[in-house]
Amino acid sequence: MRFYEYESKALFRRHGMPLGKSGLARSADDARRIAGEIGGPVVLKSQVLSGGRMKAGAVRFADHPGEAAAHYDAIVPIVVNGQKCRAVLVEERSGVAQEYFAAITWDGRRKCPVLVFSDMGGIDVEEVAEKHPEHVSKTHFSSLLPVTPRIAKQAISATGVSGDALNRLTPIVFELMRIFLAYDLTLAEINPLARLSDGRFLVLDGHIDLEAEARGKHRKLLDELGIQPAETRQAREATPFEIAGAEVNAKDHRGVAGNVVEFDGNLGLVIGAGGGSLTLFDAVRKHGGRPANYCEIGGNPSVNKAKELTKLILSKPGVEKIAVMMNVVSNTRVDIVARGVIKGCIEAGKKPADVIAVFRIPGAWEGEGFKILRKYGVDYCDRSVSMYEAAGRAVAKMKA
Amino acid sequence: MPGMFIDVRVEDEVASDEKLARKLVEVCPVNIFAVDGSRLRIVEENLDECVLCDLCVQAAPPGTVTIVKLYES
Repeated sequence: MRFYEYESKALFRRHGMPLGKSGLARSADDARRIAGEIGGPVVLKSQVLSGGRMKAGAVRFADHPGEAAAHYDAIVPIVVNGQKCRAVLVEERSGVAQEYFAAITWDGRRKCPVLVFSDMGGIDVEEVAEKHPEHVSKTHFSSLLPVTPRIAKQAISATGVSGDALNRLTPIVFELMRIFLAYDLTLAEINPLARLSDGRFLVLDGHIDLEAEARGKHRKLLDELGIQPAETRQAREATPFEIAGAEVNAKDHRGVAGNVVEFDGNLGLVIGAGGGSLTLFDAVRKHGGRPANYCEIGGNPSVNKAKELTKLILSKPGVEKIAVMMNVVSNTRVDIVARGVIKGCIEAGKKPADVIAVFRIPGAWEGEGFKILRKYGVDYCDRSVSMYEAAGRAVAKMKA
Repeated sequence: MPGMFIDVRVEDEVASDEKLARKLVEVCPVNIFAVDGSRLRIVEENLDECVLCDLCVQAAPPGTVTIVKLYES
């Protein structure tokens, strides 16, 4: 769950991070007043849940309050990557001598947080890592053991930063690590973290993502930041197809058959099981397939739920076939999913053998499931065919 | 009318026995049985939800409740 910049900074401020003078404007008059209170050049930044603001013209500079008010009116209508402006952050404009980058995210492979630091901030860190790897450090640390400033200091010094800058940066980066752990974040980023020409260090921009499942745990914080329980903060509004998918899932408490995300391809996906959805989606793309959707099934959904999800996917314009694929299942039953999918095809007016490109769900009750699939002439495979191979079979059928 | 995959056949001696009928309602995890008045009724829209647990078969006298896998025929 992504925070707006002003919310990220509100959280940083609570933790004593160095921030410039600022205010949130919801009208041109607000912008004029805040700029007047700051008393000098200001920067106005559209509050959207997206990058690319500068390129879109949604970040502007003003030298006096009147100009700030005019820029407010110009910024508000600008849609950045599909995101409408919620408000405009008016901040003091600082003379920057050097920019740094600091971020903590979760490393799924190492199963622990990783601190990424660079002394070349303000630009895309991936680009820096590619062209100037010596200017980026990656430091893993435990989410269980107490964190210490030493970890931050080592990460910063690994990029060649020393002396006064190292001493000034360390407590800021250390606090960012503490914030990451304290609020169950998936990303805590400062970019840029600037050394100003007057010697001060300031957080100029911040980006926070909260683990969506931790929203309940941190409800008090979210309330204090003004984030409503109904705000999902997705990258874009849900489409009618996705809303229909959520309705399918909500109708029955048994299992999951939902989390549908719409794409523009022609191969419908009924996928899931222990991370299988992401793996299978990627495998389809790797084989050159064009998924029509992402979804997740698991936890042994009812026949009706699997049926309704199948019907929904088949109803999507452009969908020619579906691939029904999962990791090896244990609590989800192959025969139950097979019944639901076949029933869904038939109720959608399609012949299962024609429309199911591949059925690859090995595991619990697979013998019973395979009997059903044989009866309807569906091409199925067991665990001797990998998820990657099954995805390849489905894509090959789309190209045939 | 049976389901697409599953049919459940219940002998009349069980269907007309209110006590047994209520027992079947109690044991079925997917609500295939209901009682109308004092008589057992099969909830047809739930037939395909049958998880083949056999609890209904065990709750009734031997041979009076039969689960039919229509995909085997």
